[in-house]
Amino acid sequence: MESNQSNQHNSLLASEADSQRTLYPYVTGTSVVAIKYKDGILMASDMGGSYGSTLRYKSVERIKPVGKHSLLGASGEISDFQEILRYLDELILYDNMWDDGNSLGPKEVHSYLTRVMYNRRNKFNPLWNSLILGGVKNGHKYLGMVSMIGVNFEDDHVATGFGNHLARPILRDEWHENLSFEDGVKLLEKCMRVLLYRDRSAINKLQIAKITEEGVTVSQPYSLKTFWGFSAFQNPTVGAEGSW
Amino acid sequence: MSNSAIDVPPKGGFSFDLCRRNDMLSKKGVQPPSYRKTGTTIVGLVFQDGVILGADTRATEGPIVCDKNCEKIHYMAPNIYCCGAGTAADTEAVTDMVSSQLQLHRYHTGRESRVVTALTLLKKHLFNYQGHVSAALVLGGVDVTGPHLHTIYPHGSTDTLSFATMGSGSLAAMAMFESKYKEGLTRDEGIKLVVEAICSGIFNDLGSGSNVDVCVITKGHKEYLRNHLLPNPRTYVNPKGFSFTKKTEVLLTKITPLKEKVEVIEGGDAMEE
Repeated sequence: MESNQSNQHNSLLASEADSQRTLYPYVTGTSVVAIKYKDGILMASDMGGSYGSTLRYKSVERIKPVGKHSLLGASGEISDFQEILRYLDELILYDNMWDDGNSLGPKEVHSYLTRVMYNRRNKFNPLWNSLILGGVKNGHKYLGMVSMIGVNFEDDHVATGFGNHLARPILRDEWHENLSFEDGVKLLEKCMRVLLYRDRSAINKLQIAKITEEGVTVSQPYSLKTFWGFSAFQNPTVGAEGSW
Repeated sequence: MSNSAIDVPPKGGFSFDLCRRNDMLSKKGVQPPSYRKTGTTIVGLVFQDGVILGADTRATEGPIVCDKNCEKIHYMAPNIYCCGAGTAADTEAVTDMVSSQLQLHRYHTGRESRVVTALTLLKKHLFNYQGHVSAALVLGGVDVTGPHLHTIYPHGSTDTLSFATMGSGSLAAMAMFESKYKEGLTRDEGIKLVVEAICSGIFNDLGSGSNVDVCVITKGHKEYLRNHLLPNPRTYVNPKGFSFTKKTEVLLTKITPLKEKVEVIEGGDAMEE
């Protein structure tokens, strides 16, 4: 076939044909929000996988534990997230094979992910994700973020996607050191509720994951209570006919 | 450009004289100057006795802050105020225009203006210009029918809401409103929430900044609190002030007072009404 011949011709010039590069994401997850609290890290995300503007999958787990010390949350292309999980699986496996009593902590995994994302971006074939990596090792809490172009940083509270615009202002105002578990969950739920109201790709089914020195717990999916009873919503056009 | 013997000035409408030159320049990579925008946070909420509007005070021209303390809450009628986001010229012009139209309407009807009147005048104008008048407004006021709060988008659509935010900082401000708003707020709670929302926009959005303006409108009474909060004071001010080194010697000082050209005659004829 013509395309095969041209591929062979171009194999020295371009090892991947254009159709094999990631050009746009297909099945995407929306924001993930995470905070440091007294005993470790709390991370929350909803369970929706959107195919463009359709809500295709409603039970996508976008927060997964990595090794013994870390939690990975991702927004963006779900297939790329699954690929990253495979890479991390291999990484943790090789680390365990050393059998030296040492294990990769969150900082190391974050550094690995930054390299992976940045190198893919340099080849113009990015993994279309914004990742949040949180964990605790030897009493040190770590929370970092990597974007799809390799921008990485560490902070006390991070969010991806829409969460940056809607959740971070709330976190900047109300986060403080040594939040208790209940306060941390309440704060995250506040952020997730605002995202539910104002992000069109968010759904009312979320999971909260917690990681402490003892280990990882990912909660069962649950939904938030919403309030729609404002008086202006009851009869919105009573004063202005023709508006909505 | 024209070949006619008599140079007739253009009769009106858009003058296309510079279009070829602009096209040539943009092809060469020279961008036209960006509009003076109010990259903004504007909010409004309905409380127990009326409406509270709030706005930040930064006006931007691309990446530069061109006005550190501009006024974004515009007067429409004694009982109606309007916050404007988008191109500063557009918001000023459109609110001024509708304000004068409302004044004429008040003279004509002899009654207090209603918020829906202002709403309809604004949305008609903006729809007519199909979104080219880049003005996103939060209109609020109290009239005989009660307190009203509306948002108006540049293309002419409107919303009637109990709390609203517009501008580049709208998401940061909306995050505050969505988590803390409830019905039946008192005046102080309402002002506190509006200030929190504007501050959220000021500190989390790059297009908004400087100070917080608040306007409280209740039945028969309004309070325009200009610079209600100044959360960005100048921190390092030189206590010594400016001093110029003595380089030039003063040889002679002569002061000539200018005579006043206009003579004011007290008790002249009053203007005819």
